[in-house]
Amino acid sequence: MAVTDINAGGLRQDERMERWRLFGLSSPALVLVMVILVIPVGWLFYVSFIGADGTFSMENYERMVKRKSYARIFQTTFEVSLLTTGLCILIGYPLAYFMSQLPMKWANLCLIAVLLPFWTSLLVRTYAWLVLLQRQGLINEWGMGLGLWEEPIKMVHNLNGTLIGMVHIMLPFLILPVYGAMRAIDRDYLKAASNLGASPARAFWTVFFPLSTPGLFAGSLMVFILCLGFFVTPAVLGGGTVILVSMKIVSNIELFVNWGAASALGVVLLVLTMAVLWVASRFVRLEQMTGGGH
Amino acid sequence: MFKWLKSPASETQITHGQRMWLYVTSVITMMLLVLPTFIVIPMSFSDSQYLEFPPETWSLRWYRHYFGSPEWMQATYTSIKAAILTMLVATPIGVLAAYGLHATKLPYIRVAFVLLITPMMVPVVLIAIGAFYAYVRLQLLYTMTGLVLAHSLLAIPLVVIVTGSALKSYDMNQENAARSLGAPRWKAFLTITLPQIRFAVVTSALLSFLTSFDEVVIAMFISGGDNPTLTRNMFNALRDQIDPTIASISTLMIGLTTLMMALAVIFGRNKNSA
Repeated sequence: MAVTDINAGGLRQDERMERWRLFGLSSPALVLVMVILVIPVGWLFYVSFIGADGTFSMENYERMVKRKSYARIFQTTFEVSLLTTGLCILIGYPLAYFMSQLPMKWANLCLIAVLLPFWTSLLVRTYAWLVLLQRQGLINEWGMGLGLWEEPIKMVHNLNGTLIGMVHIMLPFLILPVYGAMRAIDRDYLKAASNLGASPARAFWTVFFPLSTPGLFAGSLMVFILCLGFFVTPAVLGGGTVILVSMKIVSNIELFVNWGAASALGVVLLVLTMAVLWVASRFVRLEQMTGGGH
Repeated sequence: MFKWLKSPASETQITHGQRMWLYVTSVITMMLLVLPTFIVIPMSFSDSQYLEFPPETWSLRWYRHYFGSPEWMQATYTSIKAAILTMLVATPIGVLAAYGLHATKLPYIRVAFVLLITPMMVPVVLIAIGAFYAYVRLQLLYTMTGLVLAHSLLAIPLVVIVTGSALKSYDMNQENAARSLGAPRWKAFLTITLPQIRFAVVTSALLSFLTSFDEVVIAMFISGGDNPTLTRNMFNALRDQIDPTIASISTLMIGLTTLMMALAVIFGRNKNSA
């Protein structure tokens, strides 16, 4: 090295400074996250341990354990989230596979079909389903017109409507990472499998599918996490019959102004979400969950 | 046609005929993804106060109702203002953060990255009641500033992810070359790096706009008072009845989305698109 020891020390110092300065560029964003998210949520955590009389108590958590209605709400939330994730996989995986087989030009066209709902207002899409699924809605009208069923079927303000709406909203979150993972698969592996005598089905299940699982896992995780805290669509399409944790939190504040109960529910929901993420992070890099798409 | 059905479709020698089901279900799925949203467009031009398809008589009744209502107009103004301001706040600080985390070599970047994408992971209801509490103390409740800050919080993960992934595929040596030729870092960034990641930056900005414009839950808690947002009013109307005015507003919002996507394509046309 041509530089003297003194210069080397100075350069190292400079480099350290430079690193910190660059890191500092992220400080406005970090401060915003701290002030609007981390500190208030920390406070909610504290409030959840304050009882009705203003002293430390576990009553907000005890209530959750004792009352059957709370257990049911958590059960519903998990069931709805699991069902939505499962349906998204069943519907989304084949579409992603189809797209991955197309030439780029056509695949990009299909991608628009996936991205368009992604960009369209959540509220508008929920409203559209409300209109379609209602008693005198288009689906009932057509179904009866075609003689598929006699009486109008109740498809909204119940679990069916909630699931239909949620799957529609969540599908792009699953399709994009799965499609990304599939595009990255080297097709020569399939050629090799086929040359060695594997049937198309066997080549798919033993070669292609395993290679697509990182994307599938990331997408499913994203959908599941988003479902756990979902509010708008289930609130509109569930019509008060399907009660999820997020809806209970809102009604605890809006109707009962019970911050302790709402905070405790929020804390449990957050802990469950984080637990799912933590377990999942053993198997998948979390960046993949978000970096798969556009 | 029959020949095509019998011809191999992929490396595994499966024929097109054998996986016809895949083509059929995929096309149906894509139709189901796109079409339901558009159903509101014809319905919004109905003269009836019930939603019917196809409408028996066409009219602009519900558009007149929307544009003639001071409440809806006020809400629309609030929403657009909040969305533009959110875009102006979230995009620069998100891009700065993405660039900073990309360029530095400190070991803390993973922690910082995770922290920056938490707003996406934390249930939005929790963010909403947390912000509600904080804003009571900070006297930001029902203010535009408060709304924009909370919406920017939601938009930052998107900006960081979209811009970050564009930076990953960008060759930083180009910027280093500019700096070795004497350009200060900020100038190298503005003249060399930024133009090459502009598709991601434009996408981030548009996503920030839409995030704010479409947000319901946070607005429900912190945008009450005299200036509620459009989506907050729509959500409240939806819970009560199926008001055809919502169909006309929805149609306008679909138009806005289409415009946004078109803008993203026009202004961001770039080989290095994210």
